[in-house]
Amino acid sequence: MMKQLLLGNAAIARGFYEAGCSVVSSYPGTPSTEITEEAAKFPEVYCEWAPNEKVAMEVAIGACIAGKRSACCMKHVGVNVAADPLFTMSYIGVNAGFVICVADDPGMHSSQNEQDSRHYAIAAKVPMLEPADSEESREFTKLAFELSEKFDTPVFVKVSTRISHSQSIVNLEERITPPEKKYVKDIEKYVMMPAYARPRHPMVEQRTRDLIEYAETTPINRVEMRDTKIGIITGSISYQYVREAFGEDVSVLKLGLVHPLPEKLIKDFAAKVDRLIVVEELDPIIEDHCRRMGLEVTGKDVLPLEDEFSQTLLAEKFELAVPSCSRLEDHIPGRPPVMCPGCPHRGLFYTLVRNNCTVLGDIGCYTLAAIAPLYAIETTECMGASVSSVHGFNKALGGESESSTVAVLGDSTFMHSGMTGLANIAYNQSNSTVVILDNSITGMTGHQHNPTTGYNIKGEPAGKIDLEALCHSLGIKRVRVVDPNDLEACNAVVKEELAVNEPSVIITRRPCALLKYVKNEPPVVVEPDKCVGCKACMKIGCPAIAFRDNKAVVDETLCVGCGVCMQLCKFDAMHQMKGEA
Amino acid sequence: MSTNIMIVGVGGQGSLLASKLLGYLLLNEGLDVKVSEVHGMSQRGGNVVTYVKFGDRVYSPVVGKGESDYLISFETLEAGRWVEYLKPDAKVIVSNQQIDPMPVITGQAEYPDHLIDKIRAQGFSLEEIDGLSLAKEAGNVKAVNLVLMGALSNHFSFSEEKWQEAIEACVPAKVLDINKKAFALGRNLKHK
Repeated sequence: MMKQLLLGNAAIARGFYEAGCSVVSSYPGTPSTEITEEAAKFPEVYCEWAPNEKVAMEVAIGACIAGKRSACCMKHVGVNVAADPLFTMSYIGVNAGFVICVADDPGMHSSQNEQDSRHYAIAAKVPMLEPADSEESREFTKLAFELSEKFDTPVFVKVSTRISHSQSIVNLEERITPPEKKYVKDIEKYVMMPAYARPRHPMVEQRTRDLIEYAETTPINRVEMRDTKIGIITGSISYQYVREAFGEDVSVLKLGLVHPLPEKLIKDFAAKVDRLIVVEELDPIIEDHCRRMGLEVTGKDVLPLEDEFSQTLLAEKFELAVPSCSRLEDHIPGRPPVMCPGCPHRGLFYTLVRNNCTVLGDIGCYTLAAIAPLYAIETTECMGASVSSVHGFNKALGGESESSTVAVLGDSTFMHSGMTGLANIAYNQSNSTVVILDNSITGMTGHQHNPTTGYNIKGEPAGKIDLEALCHSLGIKRVRVVDPNDLEACNAVVKEELAVNEPSVIITRRPCALLKYVKNEPPVVVEPDKCVGCKACMKIGCPAIAFRDNKAVVDETLCVGCGVCMQLCKFDAMHQMKGEA
Repeated sequence: MSTNIMIVGVGGQGSLLASKLLGYLLLNEGLDVKVSEVHGMSQRGGNVVTYVKFGDRVYSPVVGKGESDYLISFETLEAGRWVEYLKPDAKVIVSNQQIDPMPVITGQAEYPDHLIDKIRAQGFSLEEIDGLSLAKEAGNVKAVNLVLMGALSNHFSFSEEKWQEAIEACVPAKVLDINKKAFALGRNLKHK
């Protein structure tokens, strides 16, 4: 059998392939993105980036009803966007297997909140599987399609950052041909109007009872009976931390099906051990289930509700042996993520700061403009919120706010859910200014195409939405395009659009500096004789510019020669290195 | 018990290729391997850490405080950041490049002096490498990762052929020569 070291995400993609899945539609979001990127490498699996998670889920639903195994992938907050089809799809059930992969982000490595997706499984009454490594990610994904068809339900496969972005060994298997599922017109199953939805609800409740029966005996809920002093109920990545911290001798009930939870299996396990512990990241879902059954259990009384766990955390909380370690006396300064050298967002944010703008932000790399030295972004909630909220902000505060407040969001975020907010601005008429930072890619998640880039997930030419035409057709008359690296031009456009008395859109257009086709200019060098140490060039927060011996210095290994700093130098001390790029 | 390696640096410095190479090599040796990476927002010029763990059986993909056998650092400050994670007899290999983090650039914090000496003073066996110069000598400043892998290779008994096989499998063909040269420069350091 062929073995390969795969990311959890790549193993899920392998699971799609092996299960005979035909259609995958997703919106990128860390830590879920690579699932769909890896799936797209299999010619047998049609994959696409949809404009948002709701569209992605509905595409997959269409394929499932048509009779092909299908899937959609998203990060935890993506399920919020896709919740509408999810809850009703639970009633409808499936034709061919339908799997939803969701990646949570405990510890918020790349997210705005730490919500626990298991609540969605409970609320939507949809089963959820949770693998503990890459091999299980592959196996559970295949099982999810089988369960989907057997129990007539969508099935969640839930991972977390540490599963998604850890590589471990996977055994590769062949692709199967799933059972044929012809589409047959069935209005009572597929049309969820009240008269047809009412009889589906008891079927959903019966399905959960059937799944609980399944949970009692499925091999993915596994008892590892060892010493009986302590018994730990756990699953997912926490299983790995438990085995590493407590060792091989402790008894473990490892749950692979985290919704619905078994009852008899848990009671039997609890009866055999002196002390019952539940180890689960984020919310006490297994623990509460145990308590409802009247079991005495240790859980969130000892372990935190926040952040991801580790073997170290478990060792500390349960007073196990913790390895000794040394520490430097020096304070090691933090190294927060920053906008990259040459980032086209930098010039815009410098301009907005210069004009004392109030900036309502959104989800993307540009959120990094909220930190030092720019401190430019003042709000960030969710995808598209900047556009909708600037309208509300201006409606609340009136004229003075309108001439100094802007919404900023990227091209991909605008397509995801900024458009509807812009329609509201045009319809309910606020004098709002929206800046679309068009860097021609979905940047933060690692360069995924979107409807404005003109390319599909495989990099092949695709339909291309014209942002200017789209904004015009949504009812915005003033649409300006400017190069954000040209500080004077950018400043002039921002001033003009804030001054006018009607809604307007500014598109700052320049591709992400990390895109492969973007040719770097020669790096900037500082002439020490001319530099007076005024630090004007350092106001833009470029990580390539440092200050040594009272002079600015540019790190030539980092600088991509965007030239924004040169425009700030009043002493002509910064020049582009000649000759080499 | 697993052998634990931490590869640390600044987002964009190439730690993912280093861990990919190690993963390939260790899998080929028939060992259990886990590699934990950093993607997304936290990669944007922030500090990044990749864990590589191998042995007969590896459970947790992350390395905790006091657990690492090796620390491979692309940057001086980042070596200092992870000292707490080292075992008392850990080996440290550090490329002495200095990249100021934003709090230093904005004047809110200072880059500590003589960090490499201070780490050595904790009793760790430390190799300081001028990774940038060696990478430039190999033909590309981005090849620091292979210089570091070359230096690390001296601590293991895996054969030269196995390393070469891993490099060929993981490095794109058009930069293969530069990367092989960088690896050789790192591997030859112990003979100097």
